[in-house]
Amino acid sequence: MNIHEYQAKELFKKYNVPTVRGHIVFTPDEAVKAAQELGGNIWVVKAQIHAGGRGLGGGVKLARSTAEVRSLAAEILGMTLVTHQTGPEGKLVQKVYIEEGADIKKEYYLGLLLDRALEMPIMMASTEGGMAIEDVAHNTPEKIIKVAIDPLTGFQSFHGRKLAFGLGLPTEEINTFIKFASALYKVYMDHDAEMIEINPLVKTGDGKFLALDAKMGFDNNALYRQDQVREMRDLSEEEPTEIEADKYGLSYIKLDGNVGCMVNGAGLAMGTMDTINYEGGKPANFLDVGGSASAETVAKGFDIILKDPNVKVIFVNIFGGIVRCDRVANGIIEATKITNVNVPIIVRLDGTNAIEAADILNNAGIANIVAATDLADGARKAVAAAKGE
Amino acid sequence: MSILVNKDTKVIVQGFTGKEGSFHAEQCMAYGTKIVGGVTPGKGGQEHLGQPVFNTVSEAVAATGATVSMIFVPPAFVSDAVMEAADAGITLAVIITEGAPVKDMMFAKAYAVKKDMMTIGPNCPGIITADECKIGIMPGFIFKKGSIGLISKSGTLTYESANQVVKEGFGITTAVGIGGDPIIGLSYKQLLPMFEADPETKAIVMIGEIGGDLEIQAAAYIKEHITKPVVAFIAGQTAPAGKRMGHAGAIISGSAGTAQEKMAALEAAGVKVVVSPADIGKAVAEVMANL
Repeated sequence: MNIHEYQAKELFKKYNVPTVRGHIVFTPDEAVKAAQELGGNIWVVKAQIHAGGRGLGGGVKLARSTAEVRSLAAEILGMTLVTHQTGPEGKLVQKVYIEEGADIKKEYYLGLLLDRALEMPIMMASTEGGMAIEDVAHNTPEKIIKVAIDPLTGFQSFHGRKLAFGLGLPTEEINTFIKFASALYKVYMDHDAEMIEINPLVKTGDGKFLALDAKMGFDNNALYRQDQVREMRDLSEEEPTEIEADKYGLSYIKLDGNVGCMVNGAGLAMGTMDTINYEGGKPANFLDVGGSASAETVAKGFDIILKDPNVKVIFVNIFGGIVRCDRVANGIIEATKITNVNVPIIVRLDGTNAIEAADILNNAGIANIVAATDLADGARKAVAAAKGE
Repeated sequence: MSILVNKDTKVIVQGFTGKEGSFHAEQCMAYGTKIVGGVTPGKGGQEHLGQPVFNTVSEAVAATGATVSMIFVPPAFVSDAVMEAADAGITLAVIITEGAPVKDMMFAKAYAVKKDMMTIGPNCPGIITADECKIGIMPGFIFKKGSIGLISKSGTLTYESANQVVKEGFGITTAVGIGGDPIIGLSYKQLLPMFEADPETKAIVMIGEIGGDLEIQAAAYIKEHITKPVVAFIAGQTAPAGKRMGHAGAIISGSAGTAQEKMAALEAAGVKVVVSPADIGKAVAEVMANL
């Protein structure tokens, strides 16, 4: 789960990670009020969406008067912001963050994430603040300094020194940086974060470090114990079909092909997409129906797949283990009575009682259900049906 | 022969009396696994499925001599259960539970390593030595005894590939589902040498997926140390970047962890990589014919 910049900064403030003062607003009027409340003579108007690259897309702008705050807020609110992370369809901006201007002397990058190979968090810093860190990692990897932090001992001053000296900070700024980094590590660990990215981290004219931007993602498995984070979830930033699928315990991701897929197990679901691709088709989605594949979940799966108008055929690929295939076959027939499916359904059931299952499907007399013998056969039949063959 | 577990392995179940724990413990016993007891705090002294229930893992180990624990406790209690098993001297914990927080596994795994306890999972189907011992939730009948070792991040792809291998006239020595979470226990790199050393295993199938770099590490290891033929499939060639594909660890971040880079690394290490998972069985038949 991801949160907005302004929400991440709220968490930062609670942990004394220095950031810039600001207010979240939904209208140009509120934007002006926020600017007046903040005071000063320079403000930043920032679109709040769950995607990076907002500045380049025109979603972050500087205002030098409250009149300008009003006009920029009016311009950004309601715009569809397209960045390298939103996809070509972009994202609708529904709220903006009004922030006081900062006296920026230098920009840095600071991030925290799990290193899966080391099995511990790593903190990364770079002097190339404000740039996409993937590009820095690719073009000038020597400009990224990394420290692994053993969770059993936690963040130590030496971690901070290694980063600070690596960034070339003068001695008198080292302790300020260590304090910042140490507080940030606490934010990460206490909230079961998956990643924190501050890009840029800025040094001000008077030698302070401020989080000018903030991006945070969290471990979904830990949300049950993170009440505050859970409340920050913004459903309008997520795919409605993915949210609906989640309600029924289905894992669904929309893709851009036309062969709908319903599979039990995440690995086989990906493998099914790959097989369709290998046979010359394009998968319309990833869908893991989980272990039981009951009539209700299958029916819900059909509903969700068919919300995508591109879908020309549905390929049901179930490997029945503990769940017997004959039961799944009856479930599929039952599901077609709950949900009207007007495209061909190719069904491949393998595993326990697969032969009985094929008989059940063939004898059901449902015209658009076609039984397949194995994975390759099913994928071929589905691809052919999608092409209208 | 086999790896890690066999017909003599004594197994306890943590979360023994729960719904999932009961159902699968019973299935394992029916397969022939020596389940010698279980642990449910507060139910010590009772009997369940004809076996004793203990309050603590220590008591269970002392009374039964169990060396392996199968863990079915709810996600929030997984790290506690793993650490208790490690503390009690269990040598292998098979963690079936799905949904354990990553931070918890980070601590639990570090503690297990410190206590010399191996772990498999979490969020995995478990481990099975054909016709001898099943510790997990896989349908046992698919795994006919034979000469192929199997390592997989995915449950249903494990069944799919075992089924194909059997249909081609071969069978399985041991199959290990290692799970698709960001932090897992035994991985390819630890299991490959075990299969290399097992005289009954003639070839190895490894199933990977997008996310992380365990398959890349495996490729480097295979190149240096594995002489037996390896067949591999990497799921998620068609998965979009930045989307989590069901498994918590199955995500391409930036441009890292793609199926394509893993396939290339494995191919460069001399592994027979199949593009379609439907070809796993055929590929095994080919490498076996060349032995």
